[in-house]
Amino acid sequence: MGADRSAGTNAGAGGVRAVVTGLGVVAPTGIGVEAYWAATLAGANGIRRLTRFDPSSYPSQLAGEVVGYDAAERLPSRLVAQTDRMTQLALTAGGLAVADAGIDPAALPEYGAGVVTAASGGGVEFGQRELEALWSKGRQHVSAYQSFAWFYAVNTGQLSIRHGLRGPSGVIVTEQAGGLDAVGHARRHLRRSPATDYGRSPAMGHSQGLSMVFSGGVDAALSPWGWVAQLATGLISRGGDPARAYRPFAADADGYVPGEGGAILVVESLAAARARGARVYGEIAGYAATLDPAPGSCSGSGGEPGLRRCAELALADAGVLPGQVDAVVADGAGVPSLDEVEAAAIGAIFGPRGVPVTVPKSGTGRLFSGGAALDLAAALLSMRDGVLPPTPGVDRPAAPYQLDLVTRAPRELPVRTVLVLARGYGGFNAAVVVRGM
Amino acid sequence: MARLTLDTLVRIMRESAGEEEGVDLDGDILDTLFIDLGYDSLALLQTTGRIERDFGIELDDYVLAEAETPRALLELVNADLDELVA
Repeated sequence: MGADRSAGTNAGAGGVRAVVTGLGVVAPTGIGVEAYWAATLAGANGIRRLTRFDPSSYPSQLAGEVVGYDAAERLPSRLVAQTDRMTQLALTAGGLAVADAGIDPAALPEYGAGVVTAASGGGVEFGQRELEALWSKGRQHVSAYQSFAWFYAVNTGQLSIRHGLRGPSGVIVTEQAGGLDAVGHARRHLRRSPATDYGRSPAMGHSQGLSMVFSGGVDAALSPWGWVAQLATGLISRGGDPARAYRPFAADADGYVPGEGGAILVVESLAAARARGARVYGEIAGYAATLDPAPGSCSGSGGEPGLRRCAELALADAGVLPGQVDAVVADGAGVPSLDEVEAAAIGAIFGPRGVPVTVPKSGTGRLFSGGAALDLAAALLSMRDGVLPPTPGVDRPAAPYQLDLVTRAPRELPVRTVLVLARGYGGFNAAVVVRGM
Repeated sequence: MARLTLDTLVRIMRESAGEEEGVDLDGDILDTLFIDLGYDSLALLQTTGRIERDFGIELDDYVLAEAETPRALLELVNADLDELVA
């Protein structure tokens, strides 16, 4: 059976409810919420042959690249010099989230806002460049900024510095599950130190309470070093057709395609959001995380992977029954053995074809720590507009999965409650339930 | 013989650590503190590292601590270059 890493309790201490009030998106299918969402509803596919390095000597050559992004146009040169691409994309997403939330971080109390982002491998493109400089030219050629630019916590740090966010902060590393785990942890922070509870935890420096946490994740690892690390999992598609390489739940699925980008979300206490008259996308109503049993281990549940239990815990945390869920944004690994596990979990909870399921990420590739954060943004936008985006590249799901997969065209329906699922390599499962206000 | 000029220093600064928003490195910066130019110790380390590479010198650690302005840094580097020739 899957071990609970952290099943949250509903509303938590002090009754703090966490809502999302700002979205900043940088994705292979668009930069900015509206560009991304329009492309996603249209079923656009941002996967193409790699251009950030020459992939011709590698068995997999496709990726979801963020195109038309010039860091020098979007960020001060002081920041460009000291950051990996993943951090540049994260800072851009953070700036978009600030604007979308309509906040002025500088006007917040000193410890009133924190940052919790997800990460996976860190700044590998920057790191590879500097290691190459070390080997080929000598230590004088290594950037002083290598000291932190590679670091997996650097997105949190740079967002904190840029926007003056000095409240409780951290980084979560659970591979592709991280985007949800980070948001779950952001909610935990908001509950521990609500902004109305002045001076409650002086030992942690929460002298003025916490009203918001910047969360989510943005990743980029499209360099040879990052690429070989991904290839080693054996889960990457070797298909050559960008429109067909990543086909979650398809009968002929043969792996996923990596991508870069993600989303930064402003997670705010409902009380703070209401006090400033903020637009609310939805509530982080439920969250849970589990771990798969170790391969080959013999446990009470017969070794069932932890995804079903994770989803059930998140629904229970939200106080939501399966019949109240309008849609599932699935992990959609595109690896048959993993698709089978997820389809079984969804079927066990909702029944055969019991709930609309979509995997918009087949149009972006899997963005590692950014992937689930972007899925969360898609879920919130589905609620806003009453429409589910399709799963690009998939005509129909394999029959045995018995899934009601949204394919080919967006599906209009009232969307009030969405379950978002994510899995990370190594047995991580995370689930979030978002609910309209 | 090789000398480090302000123009070259500014070019190296731009290339190695960038230009802070609201700061004009082409302005009258000779006696402005590096910290007021948006240059922290790491930015200065990156800059002096590039100077060492480009000019084939090795600056003592105290240079980083003592060179608080572009003028001070130019003097310390050029003193080093003079010694190299002598």
